[in-house]
Amino acid sequence: MENKLKLEVITPYGEVINEEVDEVYATGAEGDFGVFPGHCAFMTALRIGSLSYKKDGQIHYLFTNRGYCEVLNDRVLVLVGSAERIEEIDVERAKAALARAEERLRKAQAGEADIDYARAQAALERATIRIQLATKLIPR
Amino acid sequence: MPTLRDIRKKIKAIQGTKKITSAMKMVAAAKLRKVQDSMLRYRPYAVKMQQVLADLSGAAETRGDVPPILLRRPVKTVEVLVITSDKGLCGAFNANILRAAHKEINRLKEQGLNVVLSVVGRKARDYFKRRDMTFKNVWTGISGKLQYTHAQVIAKEMINAYVTEAVDEVVIIYNEFKSVIAQKVVINRLLPIGRIDSEPTEQPTFIPFTYEPRAPELFAMLLPIYIEIQIYRALLESQAAEEAARMTAMDNATKNCDELIRKTTLMANKVRQASITKELMDIVGGVEALKQSEG
Repeated sequence: MENKLKLEVITPYGEVINEEVDEVYATGAEGDFGVFPGHCAFMTALRIGSLSYKKDGQIHYLFTNRGYCEVLNDRVLVLVGSAERIEEIDVERAKAALARAEERLRKAQAGEADIDYARAQAALERATIRIQLATKLIPR
Repeated sequence: MPTLRDIRKKIKAIQGTKKITSAMKMVAAAKLRKVQDSMLRYRPYAVKMQQVLADLSGAAETRGDVPPILLRRPVKTVEVLVITSDKGLCGAFNANILRAAHKEINRLKEQGLNVVLSVVGRKARDYFKRRDMTFKNVWTGISGKLQYTHAQVIAKEMINAYVTEAVDEVVIIYNEFKSVIAQKVVINRLLPIGRIDSEPTEQPTFIPFTYEPRAPELFAMLLPIYIEIQIYRALLESQAAEEAARMTAMDNATKNCDELIRKTTLMANKVRQASITKELMDIVGGVEALKQSEG
């Protein structure tokens, strides 16, 4: 394929995407990056964030968990703990998770033992990004 | 001798039990299929990730700085992670794993090592609680709704304990799914990580990758995922083995019901025949007596 990227997104629950696309953008460990056809061989870790790709002039968005990304010979391989298309994000559930995480963080700051601060922080981050992605992007 | 009515009642009861066990067998079979399906869908992720890590470990090895989770040190404290099910009625599934785990713990203690215990599943919790052992971590309610996040949470605990030097080694004990009729107890070392093997590929071994961050840091960032995929696999295996064991156990129970019904029916027939014979004898006796009194 000329001037196309092969995007594969694989999670423990199976393959989410296996398509020919034009451009890919993702949240790397050291900042966001974009991949166009002809990109050099590249390896990075992914933070919790978004992954988007352009296909036939349309941009599609996904929420992605922590993971790994590799670009080689116009093939973008993404291995993440979970990935969901924003159309599939359950906003209500994310909001509930956000409230729960905030509650836990408050308790942790109040000095209550037994609360894993880092875990709550990560949950908060996940929920926030999910909500941002889902609510900002769907209406468009 | 029990009366015919009693025996008939008993047969009814056994038939009821048989209906339940065969239904449970069917449920277990359906669940097993589901777990096997998840295992199949999980494979590409696990295989690719392992491949990546094996490649990276080669690239990182040459630079010298070893991430803390790879560092070995003299072993004083061992953490044992035992994976069982939450529910029973699955034959020797839990008994096997708990016996093996207990033996392993005793073996480690005999070597003068401290043992820290973490368990997955209600059965392991109850077993060790009865034996007055203390736990570091207990996770229950996982079986049936296993998610990758469960593995992430468990992995994080283990890695934390290892890098803070609270434990010097982590062993995982679980049932591996061999086939529908066979499970195998597996004892694996989780931490420190040994050599990361991968299936050989025809990919050229050297590709001038741009690493971001640098290879050793990237490797250190991705290493926890290696623990995660191993724990997730163990959880999946254990779950498949559990449902398979339950299926076999329920199949046996159903067969036993059939056998019991056959035997009890035989007895019922014998009792019925005996009573008919008795009645016949009474009639014949009566007729004889009548004849004698008439004649």
